Amino acid sequence: MANNLAIDNVGQESAEARLAKALVGFKLRDNAFRLLTLAAAWTVLILLGGVIASLIVGSLPAIRAFGLDFLTTEAWNPVTEKFGAMAPVYGTIVTSLIAMAIAVPVGLGIAIFLTELCPYALRRPIGIAIELLAGIPSIIYGIWGLFVLAPFLQEHVQPGLISTFANVPVLSRLFAGPPYGIGVLTAGVILAIMVLPIVSAISRDVFETVPAVLKEAAHGVGCTTWEVVRSVVIPYTRVGLIGGVMLGLGRALGETMAVTFVIGNAHKISPSLLSPGTTISATIANEFTEAVGDLYTSALIELGLILFVITFFILAISRYMLMRLHQREGR
Amino acid sequence: MPIYDTRLRRDKAYLGLCYVAVAIGLGWLAIILATLLFEGVRGISPAVFTQMTPPPGSEGGLLNAIAGSLIMTALGVALGTPLGMLAGTYMAEYGRHSKLTIVVRFINDILLSAPSIVIGLFVYEVLVVRMGHFSALAGAASLAVIVVPVIVRTTEDMLLLVPDPLREAASALGLPRAIVIGKVAYRAARAGLVTGVLLAIARISGETAPLLFTALNNQFFSTNLNAPMASLPAVIFQFALSPYKEWQQLAWTGALLITSAVLVLSVAARVLQTERRVK
Repeated sequence: MANNLAIDNVGQESAEARLAKALVGFKLRDNAFRLLTLAAAWTVLILLGGVIASLIVGSLPAIRAFGLDFLTTEAWNPVTEKFGAMAPVYGTIVTSLIAMAIAVPVGLGIAIFLTELCPYALRRPIGIAIELLAGIPSIIYGIWGLFVLAPFLQEHVQPGLISTFANVPVLSRLFAGPPYGIGVLTAGVILAIMVLPIVSAISRDVFETVPAVLKEAAHGVGCTTWEVVRSVVIPYTRVGLIGGVMLGLGRALGETMAVTFVIGNAHKISPSLLSPGTTISATIANEFTEAVGDLYTSALIELGLILFVITFFILAISRYMLMRLHQREGR
Repeated sequence: MPIYDTRLRRDKAYLGLCYVAVAIGLGWLAIILATLLFEGVRGISPAVFTQMTPPPGSEGGLLNAIAGSLIMTALGVALGTPLGMLAGTYMAEYGRHSKLTIVVRFINDILLSAPSIVIGLFVYEVLVVRMGHFSALAGAASLAVIVVPVIVRTTEDMLLLVPDPLREAASALGLPRAIVIGKVAYRAARAGLVTGVLLAIARISGETAPLLFTALNNQFFSTNLNAPMASLPAVIFQFALSPYKEWQQLAWTGALLITSAVLVLSVAARVLQTERRVK
């Protein structure tokens, strides 16, 4: 009897102990999981820090050798080890500007169509088709640009541009020289196709945040659809639109493969948009694996650092503006 | 009433331009896909999937490049997904209102659109220089760095869509937080999480720039992760810019393969998302 009771007691105690143990185990695992997720969140920050740090370390030899002259030198000569970033930086900015000049109006037009004019049944299919354009890898745009767009521009568009503007003062400089096909203008056009879906998708999203009441009120006082868009929709979404355009610009600045195929990789600044040029990313893609010597490699990494700093600021501004729009929406 | 006429005419003109814009956008998509189909299909043959990339001027296939792309993409997703999902889980579940979450979200959005070539330079500095040679492992690592922000973003978004009453009900049963997340939140968001992984695969399967100086390229079949490895995008880059007809044809065929894979993945991701929304 007494013996049995003792055994029961032991059994009870061990049950309680087991429960306590299980609870401690739960708590441990729970904490472990929480810390694991926290560590992962920090890792994302560390990744960005690592990117910046490694680029700075990698470009130190070039920074020491050239200092600030790197930014203002046009020469790029691996033989004499004289490197300057001016030509690639110029090419990057000019191609991106051409891209934005084409993509922003067309992208806005598509967004206006999708939110104001499109029959409801077609909205999703057309929206998806435009977004699919954004999903196509950049190398596909590159090969298409090289084999289809460049010959087309060379044969049908560029001779026309050259002869049309031959006697116009400024434009004759912009469209001068033989039609190579590949060059700054072609790169800008390819970039425009790549940026277009981003601009139109984001503009469509921000246009959809406009309260229907505002639009209806404008229609009610007799505005035409265009007037509603110009005086209500666009002013209401201005911050978000700028954010979307900047996001597209960030993409255009950093885009590599599409540009590398069609820009011609010539390290010079030429006033003509038809002549070959280079961009930061195209220079790195073309020359990095062939770079001999520490200084050459380092100069290329410094180009990467410049590109990253430029896109970082553009993207940060863009995200900040889009965030402000969402905050206003939340209020 | 001339003023009304001008306003109407202006309305028609600008809205007409919007139609033109849509025609340009859709037309471009159609032209690119049509060229790709036309040029790519011509080169499709069993040899593409069974033979190695040829030396200049002879026939061959893309087997080593396809295998390399599959291996590095799989490895990149396998490395990047857990990290991205854990970080996204922290942001949506534990630290929903913490300052860290706001900062990580901001940084993550920047990483999401950061130039991929810079990611390649980063991995080159960290892995290739240390190891002393190019390798498939470095290629996979650079793809993983591109995967992480995509997964972080979708994980956070999808977990935030899970209704809180589900979590509260589970917590009321006395379940610890980790189990609430694992057995309730993850399951409710499963379709969305899979969508994120599909989008990430689509994103990296055409990625070229970071592979150029991490995995480099390889003319031969290789499964050695410690050696350079071929990949479809790198082969397309090399072959398209060459003067040889056979190489250019293989580049088009490779481009068609990548584009079909990416389009199938994006459409699948979209279908998954819509199904969830309908439910």
